[in-house]
Amino acid sequence: MTSPIQSLSKAVTVNDNPFMKPMEWVSLALLAGVVLVVLPLALDGFRLNLVGKYLTYAFVALGLVICWGYAGILSLGQGVFFGLGGYCMAMYLKLEASSVENTKIQSTPGIPDFMDWNQITAIPWFWQPFKSLPLTLLLVVAVPVAFAFLISVAMFKRRVGGTYFAIITQAIAAILTILIVGQQGYTGGINGITDLRTLHGWDIRTDSAKVILYFVNGGLLIGCILMAQYVKRSKLGRILVAMREKEDRVRFSGYSVAGFKVFAFCLAAAFAAVGGAMFTLQVGFMSPSFVGIVPSIEMVIYAAVGGRLSLFGAVWGTLLVNYAKTSFSESFPDLWLFGLGALFIAVVLAFPNGLAGLWREHVEPRLFRKAKGLTPTPTPVLPAHGAPAE
Amino acid sequence: MNAALLPSTLIGTPADDKNFLLAVEGLTVSFDGFKAVNDVSFYVDPDEIRVIIGPNGAGKTTVLDLICGRTKASSGSIKYKGQELTRLSESAIVQAGVGRKFQTPSIYDDLTVFENLEISFPRGRSVFGALTFKRDAEVRDRIHEIAQTIFLKDQLDERAEFLSHGQKQWLEIGMLLIQDPELLMLDEPVAGMSVGERIKTAELLNQIIKGRSVLVIEHDMKFVEDIAHRVTVLHQGRVLSEGSMERVKTDPKVVEVYLGH
Amino acid sequence: MFGEYSLADLSSIFVMQGFAGLILFSVYVLMALGLAIIFGQMGVINMAHGEFMILGAYVTYLCSGFFQTHLPSLFGAYFFIAMALAFLASGALGMLVEWALIRHLYKRPLDTLLATWGLSLILQQAYRSIFGPREVGVELPSWMMGSIPVTDSIEVQINGLFVIAVTTVITLGVALLIYRSRFGAQIRAVMSNRPMAGAVGIDTEKVDRYTFGLGCGIAGIAGSAFTMIGSTGPTSGQLYIVDTFLIVVFGGAASLLGTIASAFSISQTQSTLEFFLSGSMAKVLTLLAVVGILMLRPQGLFTLKVRR
Repeated sequence: MTSPIQSLSKAVTVNDNPFMKPMEWVSLALLAGVVLVVLPLALDGFRLNLVGKYLTYAFVALGLVICWGYAGILSLGQGVFFGLGGYCMAMYLKLEASSVENTKIQSTPGIPDFMDWNQITAIPWFWQPFKSLPLTLLLVVAVPVAFAFLISVAMFKRRVGGTYFAIITQAIAAILTILIVGQQGYTGGINGITDLRTLHGWDIRTDSAKVILYFVNGGLLIGCILMAQYVKRSKLGRILVAMREKEDRVRFSGYSVAGFKVFAFCLAAAFAAVGGAMFTLQVGFMSPSFVGIVPSIEMVIYAAVGGRLSLFGAVWGTLLVNYAKTSFSESFPDLWLFGLGALFIAVVLAFPNGLAGLWREHVEPRLFRKAKGLTPTPTPVLPAHGAPAE
Repeated sequence: MNAALLPSTLIGTPADDKNFLLAVEGLTVSFDGFKAVNDVSFYVDPDEIRVIIGPNGAGKTTVLDLICGRTKASSGSIKYKGQELTRLSESAIVQAGVGRKFQTPSIYDDLTVFENLEISFPRGRSVFGALTFKRDAEVRDRIHEIAQTIFLKDQLDERAEFLSHGQKQWLEIGMLLIQDPELLMLDEPVAGMSVGERIKTAELLNQIIKGRSVLVIEHDMKFVEDIAHRVTVLHQGRVLSEGSMERVKTDPKVVEVYLGH
Repeated sequence: MFGEYSLADLSSIFVMQGFAGLILFSVYVLMALGLAIIFGQMGVINMAHGEFMILGAYVTYLCSGFFQTHLPSLFGAYFFIAMALAFLASGALGMLVEWALIRHLYKRPLDTLLATWGLSLILQQAYRSIFGPREVGVELPSWMMGSIPVTDSIEVQINGLFVIAVTTVITLGVALLIYRSRFGAQIRAVMSNRPMAGAVGIDTEKVDRYTFGLGCGIAGIAGSAFTMIGSTGPTSGQLYIVDTFLIVVFGGAASLLGTIASAFSISQTQSTLEFFLSGSMAKVLTLLAVVGILMLRPQGLFTLKVRR
């Protein structure tokens, strides 16, 4: 009885579950090459810093691929976790920038300027942990994840549906924004926490610091992609897909569905938090305009444009949408919202698999045909427009 | 909670449960005042094949839903190996050894046959366990063994979406089989199958019911006669009759409401 | 917190805040009614609902200008015509949107959410391009201005009373339509069992389109009423969308009465708190309470019907 089975399993090797398929290695190399080599060589310091800012949103999009694409949980409140991570980082930097000498013109020196303006005379208790860098680095991830854990445990244990969860996360994003704006003395209000200077004595405003932070950011992003890839190809990744399709069946295979949903949501929150902290470091401030409903739902479109099931697509989607946003807002500010709105509709109606889907359908088959030496695809001819005019 | 923590030495020994694998007593559930299942009691022995029959709306599927925890009972008790199931979650009931097949094939379309079976493999069911789960030789061998049993060894790498209706039913049976439950519950396993598939399924069922108790809902009387040790007849949420197929068939009450039409 | 007020002051405060809350409640009810029909009955999440409301507000604004310059003699009555036009404009746009967008997405509620968000961005930008980025206000006819003194310390605004009256009439009308008319019966039939409704000869696609149009049209009327108490800008609608969704979910997505009860409790809590705390903290506390209750007892307060 056992011998034919053993031989059977030896014969079948297609089921092997490698960490990455060849095509995924190519995608990773391509992404790493562009982010870590091509862009730093091609762009000036200002533009590179801008790309660095975009890439911090890619962390959120990456989390959404796991949470929304794989697990089917649409969160419209990812800005909350991006913001919490960013605020945790900003609180540390702000305390360091508010040394007694830097703030000696204030009525209470040694506290952040906005506290002084709001007649607060001592650093409040929840700011205290952010005097320590190691503690801050821990809290950057721990605070958003703990918050995500609380929300998701409360909701998923009670088996609330997807649309309902989306509405509640959106409400939470709205509440947090109103709270931050309203509590000016503790949070810096609508302006956010600004005028950040040094990280443990290292001036983050210099050009060289910005380049270094760009590479740190890029490295962390690749690290998060690899982590997400590990989750995706583990059995947990397949359970998430199974759950998205038939939640009940997963329960009757002996899994506690809520636990897996909580995991996916917390992982997405952790990624978003890292992105938020890197945003603060690279851009030099954090404000409630990155927490609310509008940025949160815009981050969903990054993942959707890239392809909600593709980790690499999420990064490309983020870069593309933000590039379009920046160039449109510079030249035709009125058109941008029309374009973004149309993008939301198009990505739902026409391209539900986003860029990754287009790549798989149109580019990949050609690549493979080429690799096999069959009918090499002709080099694409660039349209000749513009040439004679110049 | 307490029931879940019963020491395993107690299981199967309490005198009041007389070694029944499953003891359903006074089970009642009402939806908005309508009693879909009303004071139902029955007992299943180890290795017994029990078939539940009854007209549409008799509460058959609801009884299975109650046992596997999908629906919560209004009152009554369900004891599986002495352990109260009514207070456990669905996943805990599965982990205790109860497997359930649904009426319409319930499989994961987006995954391959192999992955469908792998998810059902009873290891790595916690979040951490699933993250660190290794597709080792034991898993592979077991999946290939099951695939051979359910006639799908050549379809292992196919997406489940592309299977025929009958193959989907077999796959779901395979997913149950790999869990190796002591109590297997099947809801109309041959419904919607072609004649050829039906014969193959009967053969498959005969093969897999060895060494476990099975609770089957089925309308196909020929099929019931072939496999049933005992039959329970439900009617309007109550137990109408119980016993061997011979006895039930001749029970005037059953003839009146069920076989009479 | 109550220390510095006398008992008489306090009761006046509560009455006045209660009245302010009633106006807020009216706008909430009107917005939530449309959403309760679309979300509660159809299971569609329409993130552009606020923009349908603002369309009604802009229609009212245009009417106000038109009557002022061309038909000043009828200015006193323009508001009623404006409401009817607002209903038609938002309703027609709603039916167009259902046909072009929503009907392709009935089985994908989360995608509907994204698509309608895109629609809301487009509408906002369209309003900005047409009406300019600045907020506009309507001219109230003279009979709607001023207030009626009830006691020495309590007085109520006439426009507020008018909004409350409009809300009452519309709510009763919708209730009659849904629970007493043939069209209402068809809506409920389609929503509870689509294939069956189709089988007995109901044109389910038409019912979907009219139901969506009805919900949007009511939002248009809400926008019309909204101009009585606030000014209108391209993004005014977005400010209300979260509150409105919470009201509908809190009240039990499928029942109109639940929607009204929940709009009442939320608006009263908020306006009463607003007197003692800053406006933002009142809002935070109210929303937190709603979200908190929803997290603890989602199934106890509502039943969600989302088409799968």
